[in-house]
Amino acid sequence: MTLLRHTPTEIKDRSALSVNPAKTCQPVGAMYAALGIHGCLPHSHGSQGCCAYHRSALTRHYKEPVSAATSSFTEGASVFGGQANLLQAINNIFTVYEPDVIAVHTTCLSETIGDDVPQITEKARQEGKIPDGKFVVSASTPSYVGSHVTGFSNMVMGTLKGFAAKTGKKNGKVNIIPGFVEPSDMEEIKRLAAAMGVKTILFPDTSGVLNGPLTGEYKMFPDGGTTVEELRSTGDSIGTLALGEWASADGAKYLDSTHKVPCKILDLPIGLKATDRFIDALRLISGRHVTDLIAHERGQLVDLISDMHQYFYHKKVALVGDPDQVIALTEFLTSIDMSPVHIVTGTPGKKFEARIKELTADSPFPVNVKAHGDMFLLHQWIKNEPVDLIIGNTYCKYIARDEDIPLIRHGFPILDRVGHQYFPTVGYKGGLRLLEKILDALLTRIDRDATEDQFELAM
Amino acid sequence: MTTITKKKKIVQMDPTDLVQDLLKKYPTKVARKRAKQIMVKEAEGAETPEMGANVRTIPGIITMRGCTYAGCKGVILGPTRDIVNITHGPIGCGFYSWLTRRNQTYTETDAEENFMPYAFSTDMNENDIVFGGEKKLKQAIREAYELFHPKAIAIFSTCPVGLIGDDVHAVAREMKGELGINVFGFSCEGYKGVSQSAGHHIANNQIFKHVVGTKEEIKVGEFKINLLGEYNIGGDGFEIDRILDKCGITVISTFSGNSTYDQFATSHTADLNTVMCHRSINYVAEMMETKYGIPWIKVNFIGAEATAKSLRKIAQYFDSPKLTERVEAVIAEEMPTVKLAMDMVRPRTEGKTAMLFVGGSRAHHYQELFKELGMRTISAGYEFAHRDDYEGRHVIPEIKIDADSRNIEELEVEPCAESYNPRKTPEEIKKLEESGFKFKEYEGMIPDMPTKSLVIDDLNQYEAEKLIEIMKPDIFCAGIKEKYSVQKLGIPLKQLHNYDIGGPYAGFKGAVNFYQDIDRMVNSKVWSYLKAPWQEKPELSATYVWE
Repeated sequence: MTLLRHTPTEIKDRSALSVNPAKTCQPVGAMYAALGIHGCLPHSHGSQGCCAYHRSALTRHYKEPVSAATSSFTEGASVFGGQANLLQAINNIFTVYEPDVIAVHTTCLSETIGDDVPQITEKARQEGKIPDGKFVVSASTPSYVGSHVTGFSNMVMGTLKGFAAKTGKKNGKVNIIPGFVEPSDMEEIKRLAAAMGVKTILFPDTSGVLNGPLTGEYKMFPDGGTTVEELRSTGDSIGTLALGEWASADGAKYLDSTHKVPCKILDLPIGLKATDRFIDALRLISGRHVTDLIAHERGQLVDLISDMHQYFYHKKVALVGDPDQVIALTEFLTSIDMSPVHIVTGTPGKKFEARIKELTADSPFPVNVKAHGDMFLLHQWIKNEPVDLIIGNTYCKYIARDEDIPLIRHGFPILDRVGHQYFPTVGYKGGLRLLEKILDALLTRIDRDATEDQFELAM
Repeated sequence: MTTITKKKKIVQMDPTDLVQDLLKKYPTKVARKRAKQIMVKEAEGAETPEMGANVRTIPGIITMRGCTYAGCKGVILGPTRDIVNITHGPIGCGFYSWLTRRNQTYTETDAEENFMPYAFSTDMNENDIVFGGEKKLKQAIREAYELFHPKAIAIFSTCPVGLIGDDVHAVAREMKGELGINVFGFSCEGYKGVSQSAGHHIANNQIFKHVVGTKEEIKVGEFKINLLGEYNIGGDGFEIDRILDKCGITVISTFSGNSTYDQFATSHTADLNTVMCHRSINYVAEMMETKYGIPWIKVNFIGAEATAKSLRKIAQYFDSPKLTERVEAVIAEEMPTVKLAMDMVRPRTEGKTAMLFVGGSRAHHYQELFKELGMRTISAGYEFAHRDDYEGRHVIPEIKIDADSRNIEELEVEPCAESYNPRKTPEEIKKLEESGFKFKEYEGMIPDMPTKSLVIDDLNQYEAEKLIEIMKPDIFCAGIKEKYSVQKLGIPLKQLHNYDIGGPYAGFKGAVNFYQDIDRMVNSKVWSYLKAPWQEKPELSATYVWE
């Protein structure tokens, strides 16, 4: 039986109804970014359901504890403003949980009633509710603007605004804003920079926070995360690399305009070409040579592409996810001669469509692309023009099952598989992993469909 | 910073001291408030103090609770397959309540409607907030109708909708007129009430007002019941249906697991209402009795013994020797398998301890299953219960109505002119009651708890850690948000909102599943790997291994 049986093949324009969204709301992205600060408790300023939903979503995806507090608005607070709730929350949080930092993000509710979080924070400071050496940073993240991706970006900005300082003395480090990627990806980005001998400040850094070990010890604030000291120091860095325009550019531009830290905005280093550009940018900004180890890893990726090229050529792919992720994936797939034909992101922004068109300009097939689209539309496109592979989050499994198409889970959220928090998809190693997954999916399908006479041992 | 390690059991703390220990770190006001929600269960006969419940969550204290929208859209309407549920608001709320509750549903063919895998939202943007979203909502309803032609469309209000004053009920009325199908709205903004509970109430009220009793189709069956407060998590409802069917009992409607619009619409034709989750739905049972004359009883299908007891209670109500005989035959047929599974597992679970902090009734019902495993519940509490769920229905008249409860509509119900039909005469009711049968009775969780156990309302993360540190349970039951922080301490956590991947746990087959899952969880080897060998014996040795 088909599960999405009510999805018609015929496509009609919808102006008001969103069906099966390919995005979610700003606060969850803000919460994820805040978890990348060492010793930080994210705080949701609004009614408690938002916080519960965001914690649940992040927990299901990372399979790790996600602590966050809420202002727990009831009707009264919604009418009279949430100042009293936030002041009380700040006091309770520093007394009971003792974090170094509280990172407050707003919700639809507090934004609509017009609560001014920086003003309330200032009041908390004057009233002595923020102990010495402790900090409150904030970001404005109404859910009716942007998506989880812009929420992430806003919290990165809010944090840098709260901490970045310039002493006039360079620290010799490169800031890297890694984008809305997995903890494993953040770890890999650090490893690549370290392999080149480049000193970095990575922010946010959720590695060690959302892929921590099981030891019989519970740390509400795990060992990972960018420290307050590092965050302050970002104003003294020699430059900033922003990976992924949607999630990271604003923070980098802020450091540039405010503290004269020059920045370069790159794509997420997913796949061969984007990783090449990342490594080259690291080289230029730091003046360090690319090491043999990295050249070796690159060669291995090229080797695998050449070995397995016969399976990729002109295979059609449907892609859905965050703009930074989807742009990088589109380039990677195109570069190995696969053909993304249906491409959707839920995050609004016309630039996305232009970029995808540019990347797929020499595609042998017509390409459908939509920013601020949904997975219902993606499914309809697939019904009209079937594909060989779908790459997207867990919710794609319904389309994959109904249309009998292999699926590779990538992006947010992945609720029904593990690995994403431990194995990167960025860098050359990440490219190898993605290729392995693509090949596995395609070859498993060939094996499954092969008739007795066609079934072969070697492929 | 909080760092808590699971230590060896050293002290056996007196529960009263333990409460003081839990409260120690709080600011004075917070401690005073929390003290009212933490009780020690006194010995049988002794008075356990009044339980603080259904009160506001403290800002900044990391709570397990969700919101009114979650209770309304997620819990009550979530498991209904043929209503197009449109979330009116920004995208988040609709996204998070999309398929995450593991509600299963079953249709015979593709021709039957099933909208559960879909998430519908008006995805409000800044413009809609500034200029109002009613126009967009109307258009969304039209588009949904054009695309899917459903029997009914429901609208769920999120926080900003209430603030900007979009009138979802007026929109619903207008669209009902325009499209000729049932369209109804829910004012379930997240900030209403103090927990999901308010959302259950709002949802049930609207279903009662707009759907129940709207179809006079009579389903054939000798013994017809409604199952209220069963949400078919992990297939629970399927197992209960299987058992009832085997007994010859017809389920007219389930509120709302694996349910359909027509089930609600014809639910007034049942002859008995059986209530599983007292918290989420007791008022529907009350209203149906007043309006249609259907009596209600509390049942529990969690635990094999509890299932048998509930079946017997239903049979006793119908007072038919044929049904009684059938029920006894089914129990006799099902029990040996259950017993066998229980006896296999029990040597490995006997004497172990559990803590349960979930929902409305699950923190109570699941204690039955643990009892069957020889396990003791040392602490339990509800996330969103009211006093009656702890202390029993007799306290309902004493419950003070506060501002947060006052804004949840209470329906005034009268006997229905056409359909009111008392299923039993006062004499029959009296006769049943004299034989020990209890109508509209729920004694609450506290009487069933062991003496000196701790009852805690709206447990939070800090207290959970302290409880585990001091009492070291062998298993902790809560939800996904709590799962991994508890497991980091080396204590397995069983999700009782969503059951992890397990279930069903209701009924006889469910009991077997639960025994096996708990055995696996409390006896898994993984908990012995937490420390590496070199951490157990940190002293260095200079000998060569091959000597």
